Amino acid sequence: MDWGALHTILGGVNKHSTSIGKIWLTVLFIFRIMILVVAAERVWGDEQDDFVCNTLQPGCKNVCYDTFFPISHIRLWALQLIFVSTPALLVAMHVAYRRHEKKRQFRKGDQKCEYKDIEEIRRQRFRIEGSLWWTYTSSIFFRLLFEAVFMYAFYFMYDGFQMPRLMKCNAWPCPNTVDCFVSRPTEKTVFTIFMIAVSSICILLNVAELCYLLTKFFLRRSKKAGNPKHHPNHENKEETKQNEMNELISDSCQNAVIGFSS
Amino acid sequence: MSWGFLRDLLSGVNKYSTGIGRIWVAVVFIFRLLVYIVAAENIWKYEHDEFECNIKQPGCENVCFDHFFPVSHIRLWALQLIMVSTPSLLVVFHVAYRENREKQHNQKLYKSPGEIDGGLLCTYLISLILKTGFEIVFLVLFYKLYNGFEVPRLVKCDIRPCPNTVDCYISKPTEKMIFLYFLVATSCLCIVLNLSELSYLIFKYSIKCYLKRYIKKHQ
Repeated sequence: MDWGALHTILGGVNKHSTSIGKIWLTVLFIFRIMILVVAAERVWGDEQDDFVCNTLQPGCKNVCYDTFFPISHIRLWALQLIFVSTPALLVAMHVAYRRHEKKRQFRKGDQKCEYKDIEEIRRQRFRIEGSLWWTYTSSIFFRLLFEAVFMYAFYFMYDGFQMPRLMKCNAWPCPNTVDCFVSRPTEKTVFTIFMIAVSSICILLNVAELCYLLTKFFLRRSKKAGNPKHHPNHENKEETKQNEMNELISDSCQNAVIGFSS
Repeated sequence: MSWGFLRDLLSGVNKYSTGIGRIWVAVVFIFRLLVYIVAAENIWKYEHDEFECNIKQPGCENVCFDHFFPVSHIRLWALQLIMVSTPSLLVVFHVAYRENREKQHNQKLYKSPGEIDGGLLCTYLISLILKTGFEIVFLVLFYKLYNGFEVPRLVKCDIRPCPNTVDCYISKPTEKMIFLYFLVATSCLCIVLNLSELSYLIFKYSIKCYLKRYIKKHQ
């Protein structure tokens, strides 16, 4: 059980996302999770061992470390990534529920059911409309909320995004104000800024997706009011090709993530 | 053999669960198992090395650490995850037993082996009660062993061979406390999900039973 498993769980959602949603998922896995696993974890790996205070007083280092790092950057990012990925599961559950209903209709032998077999129901991609639109939009809203909350928590806890070289500590049992030195401050600052930048890109992608969905919703409403006819089959073929390409890309990404994380 | 094994077992359980059961599996996978593996394990990794006492007396640190952490938080967490996931296997075994029986008698004995009715309903309810029971037992154990869910920065220790009362400092106490509260919150969420599923199933099947009796009476 690791990040690769999360990718498997979310990979299914990819099929039912918009194009911007697919880009967001790719950015999430390549520029955030993969960077966290292959690079950032090594940079923060020795953080307490190499945190050095200019005192021999036992316990002073532990207490100063705990004062300046209530929760490590790396753990905060891991939690952020988990929380930000989870709203997509709402969409996955809704799709699974719809599939379950269609399978039930098919088994009852409903005349209205347009599928030839169960496999077609399993493979079918649902359009983002009706109640699925509301679920999808709520999931994007929650994603945005979690991203913003975690970025604010980060900024609030660490007084900005820069890692200082030196911290002055006078918590008990340190006998007086003691100099404590953080290990690899510049490298940590670089990675912090990188992760914040990618978070911001993800926020922009989510906002763009939200605007796209709202625009589509209002356009569809005005179209329905004007002209009720439309041709779904032609659009579906192009979307199926796009889906196959995206699945090939996401499969190769999944193998890369599993390879790096194992 | 690792957590992947538990993940595969639970994926099998997902097939025979209700909707709330599937939400429970998702919560256990993502908010408990995944958080444990990618974040929590690393916090407690060097807890003994980083536990420091203000004394040079050999053996004092070991004895004090052992006194304050009889079972480490992280091991209790892992045990809780395993115990809480296992009752779901009862359901899997019962379904396998049903399918085996159908094969042996070479005829259709049940409407569908995975359908939650009759004996399988009892097994499912028992598994829910056991899951909830284990969650509560482990939460109480955590509370009693560690005097609440707080992790202090400093503990005072005066066990032999420490010559007098000695100050011992725990590493990363705030981070450990944050994750312990996270554990408690997810446990409580799982207890709520289990209780809702229990009430939902009891309610659904009481209504079914009542309607059957009502129809029989009027026939």
